[in-house]
Amino acid sequence: MKNLILSLFVSITSLFVCSASAQSAPDPNTPDGLIKIIVADVMNSVKSDPEIQKGNIPRVVDLVEKKIVPYTDMRRTTQLAMGRNWSKATPEQQNQLIIEFKNLLIRTYSGALSQLRDQTVQYKPLRSSPSDTDVIVRTVVIGKSDPIPLDYRLEKTNDGWRVYDINIMGAWLIEAYRNQFTNQISQSGVDGLIKFLQERNAMLAGKK
Amino acid sequence: MSKLKRALLLFVSVSLIGCASIPAGSERSPDDPWESFNRSVFSFNEGLDDYLLKPITRGYRFILPKPAQQGIDNFFGNYRDIYTSANNLLQGNLSMAFSDLMRVVVNTIFGLGGFIDMATPGGLEKHKADFGQTFGVWGIPSGPYVVLPFFGPSNVRDTFGTAVDLETDYLFRLLPDVALRNSLTALRIVNARNNYYEAGDLLEGAALDKYTFTRDAYIQRRQYQIDQAKEGKEPPLPVYENQYQ
Repeated sequence: MKNLILSLFVSITSLFVCSASAQSAPDPNTPDGLIKIIVADVMNSVKSDPEIQKGNIPRVVDLVEKKIVPYTDMRRTTQLAMGRNWSKATPEQQNQLIIEFKNLLIRTYSGALSQLRDQTVQYKPLRSSPSDTDVIVRTVVIGKSDPIPLDYRLEKTNDGWRVYDINIMGAWLIEAYRNQFTNQISQSGVDGLIKFLQERNAMLAGKK
Repeated sequence: MSKLKRALLLFVSVSLIGCASIPAGSERSPDDPWESFNRSVFSFNEGLDDYLLKPITRGYRFILPKPAQQGIDNFFGNYRDIYTSANNLLQGNLSMAFSDLMRVVVNTIFGLGGFIDMATPGGLEKHKADFGQTFGVWGIPSGPYVVLPFFGPSNVRDTFGTAVDLETDYLFRLLPDVALRNSLTALRIVNARNNYYEAGDLLEGAALDKYTFTRDAYIQRRQYQIDQAKEGKEPPLPVYENQYQ
C-alpha cells in the first residue's frame, strides 16, 4: 500500500515535470503556434494588470482590440453567421453588421477575460496536414472548476492564419448566432438587426 | 412534504398552461417542434432564477469566503467523478474511467475527502459524463428539444438520462438521513448556480434572443460531448452553406 501511494506520487510528479519541460518556442506561421502566442500574450497581460483584474472593462476592450482582433477575420465570421441573408444586405449594411457584431463579441468576451485568474491552457494535438487551409486548434482551459473546452477555427489567408470561429464548451459561435440573426431579420429586416445590435452595444457600453 | 409537492406541481402547471407565444416571424427549428411549450417553461425557469435562485446565490457568495466556496465545489465535483467514471466505463472509455477513478482516490485521500483538488494539478484531467451522454454514445437519438421545469434545457433522451442520474444519485436519493440529504441537495443546487454566476450575466448581454441562443448552444454542446466521448473520433466541423467570397 505504501509503495502504491509512493509510486502514484512519483508518477504524478513526473507528469507535472514533463508537461513543463516539453515546451519549445511556438511558430506564428503555424495555426497552433499563432494561438499559443496570442493566448500567452493575452493571459500575461490580463494577469499582470491590476486594473483589468478589478474589472476595468474599457481597458480589457483595449487589450482585445490590440492583441486579439488583428488575428481574426470578422468579415468572414459575420458573413457565415448571416448565412443566406448576407447577399441580401448592401455593402454598406454588411460593413455596419461587421462592426456591430464585432463590438458585441468584444463586449461580451471582455467580461470573460477580466475574470481570468490562475487558469492554464492545455493544447490538444493538432490533427491536420501542412497543406490544410482550414484548421481547428483544440484547447482546454483548466481553472478551479470544470475544465472548459475552447477551440479555435482558423483559415489560411494571404496575411497568415486568421481565427474566424470559436467553440466554447461544445458550441460554435457562428452556429449559435445563425438562427438568432435569421429570426431577427425575418422579424425586422437587415436594418432591424443592425439597429438591435447598435442598441445592445450602447446598453452594454453604458453598463460599463 | 407531499402537500408541498402537490402545491408546487399545481403552481408549475398553472404557470405553464399559458403557453408563451413564439415571436412573430421567427423561423421554426426542426429540432424544436414543441417551441411554444418550451418557451413557457423557459420563462418559468427564468422567473424562478430571478426571484429565488439568483438572490440566494448572491447571498451565498456574500457570506461564504471564496476558498470555502471552492472547497464545496471540489467536494461535489469529487463525488460526481465517481459517476463520471462509471459512465465512462459504460461508454467503453476504459482509460478515462480509470483516470477518473484515480482522481477520486487521489482527491479523497490527499485532498481531505475531496475538498481540495489535488488530481488536476497532478495531471489527471477532469472529465464530465452523465447518463444522457452515455445513451447518446450507445446510439440513442436525442429526440426533440425539451425545456424541463427546474432543470432547464434538455431533450427527450437527456430527460431519461437525467432521471437515471437522479435515481442513482446516492446523496440525492439514497442517503438515509433525510435532513442531511435535503441540506446537501440544497447546497448542491446553490453551488451549481454559483458556478455559472458570472457566465449567466455574460449570456444576458451576448444573446439576441436568450431562448434561441440557449437552445442552439445546448443542442450543439450535447452532440459535441457525445462525439468526443466516442473514442478517437473528432467532433465533425459545422459546414456553412455560404462559402466565403
